[in-house]
Amino acid sequence: MMEKMIFGRYIPGDSVIHRMDPRSKLIFVFVFICIVFLANNAVTYGILAIFTLLVMLVSKVPVRFFIKGLLPILWLVIFTFFLQLFFNREGSLVFHYAFIHIYSEGIRQGVFISLRFMLLIFLTSLLTLTTTPISLTDGIEMLLAPLRKVKFPVHELALMMSISLRFIPTLMDETEKIMKAQMARGVDFSGGSIKDRVKAIIPLLIPLFVSSFKRAEELATAMEARGYQGGEGRTKYRLLVWRTADTLSICALAVVIVLLVLFRDGGIL
Amino acid sequence: MDIAFEQVEYRYQPNTPFERLALYDISLAIPSGRYIAVIGHTGSGKSTLLQHLNALLQPTKGKVTIGERVIEGGKKEKHLKAIRQKVGIVFQFPEHQLFEETVEKDICFGPKNFGVPEEEAKQRARELIRLVGLSEEILAKSPFDLSGGQMRRVAIAGVLAMEPDVLVLDEPTAGLDPRGRHEMMGMFYELHRKKHLTTVLVTHSMEDAALYADELVILHQGKLMKKGTPRDIFSDPGLLEKWGLSVPEIVRFQTMLEEKTGMKFNKTCLTVEELAEALQSVLKRGGRT
Repeated sequence: MMEKMIFGRYIPGDSVIHRMDPRSKLIFVFVFICIVFLANNAVTYGILAIFTLLVMLVSKVPVRFFIKGLLPILWLVIFTFFLQLFFNREGSLVFHYAFIHIYSEGIRQGVFISLRFMLLIFLTSLLTLTTTPISLTDGIEMLLAPLRKVKFPVHELALMMSISLRFIPTLMDETEKIMKAQMARGVDFSGGSIKDRVKAIIPLLIPLFVSSFKRAEELATAMEARGYQGGEGRTKYRLLVWRTADTLSICALAVVIVLLVLFRDGGIL
Repeated sequence: MDIAFEQVEYRYQPNTPFERLALYDISLAIPSGRYIAVIGHTGSGKSTLLQHLNALLQPTKGKVTIGERVIEGGKKEKHLKAIRQKVGIVFQFPEHQLFEETVEKDICFGPKNFGVPEEEAKQRARELIRLVGLSEEILAKSPFDLSGGQMRRVAIAGVLAMEPDVLVLDEPTAGLDPRGRHEMMGMFYELHRKKHLTTVLVTHSMEDAALYADELVILHQGKLMKKGTPRDIFSDPGLLEKWGLSVPEIVRFQTMLEEKTGMKFNKTCLTVEELAEALQSVLKRGGRT
């Protein structure tokens, strides 16, 4: 069940993008998410699509992983496409049969919005596919560092994030183990009415919570025993290095922004 | 109930970069009423093999026959509940599966899932709690107030309460104190004998394997390397070492004794009693052979 999930997983590899600084990748994705909304005509969407494809190529991650990441969200993409197709009443009437009226603007918007969805999913999966969870947290901690000035607990947040990330696979394993143990005792997780299914979750949830409490207690004891007292005065083992590739990637993004601003409808050109 | 494996192969997460071959070309027959011990190094596929015994995992290739049911590789089988009632599995650290408010309810949980009436389930709980070496007062307590060892016993009682024909044990005594271990293993053996249970034991303890099993199965890197009686298998220490395994203490002692004194015994002894007897008869005949 969970093993089929590809979204949010790290695939080891050795490409320029794998070696990039997580900070630059985070900034890149964040800015990209914002500028996707700048595009509003065929040319600008074309620029974004080509740019995304290029980045995907450079990462050397097989295309099927992107497709797999897209699959769980595909129904949403298709849903919005048809929503636009059937209910957008702008532009000229292209086709109509009984109560169905399809307008040119509906097709255009439908295609654009689906494309926007896909580009966003591809690029965000690229971030998680090429960056280890631990360096992602490091990156987020560094990027949030300025917030310390307003008393925001940056270190605590980063610590919680890295601990959570570290324990996701462990908890998944445990979930599977308990599920199997309960299945062996006659629990049916996949069949029955909705009421039965909800009831079947209890024998899974309670042991999971109990063991999480135990684990938290043990981890806290082990951390204290190793001298952990909080973020003050701690040194870092993993250091982030900003390389030329990082600067270049941000520059490439800047070029794209300029192109988008130039070519969008109602833009400068 | 007979269980048979025919050229079973199992892959974890096929068609992903995380694909891993866990079992390869396993053919194995487990006749009714046998006590079989599966041994092998960590990561040799023992636990994966176990989960095929009640169709928690279904082979990616090959065929598993459990009683009347045939589970074929590559197909999605449904309605496996009947199998699960017949084959009870005690997983590693089974105490993690406890969840009910009281011990009694937890033990009754399995039988009730298989349609056993409330009264009978409670009756079974009362019998089993004593069988696993706890007192009846514990039935009213919360399982989370118990000690680790007691929780383990309650969890085991919960599996036994389903009255399976086949009992599968995945290192049931890991982490128990020596006395608890001895008691537990003794209890499983008693059950096996009295109720003619088919028993499959996965263990790292060569002593337990030698003591209780009719047959040993050695797994190594997902392959079945050897199958035979404990005496046959433990007679060849060199072979076991190749697979990262060892022989029981008593066999090691016998080997050393033979080396140091030049005595020769006519068989590999698996228990202290056997060795003592063999030693007596050798000494009676004047020391040599």
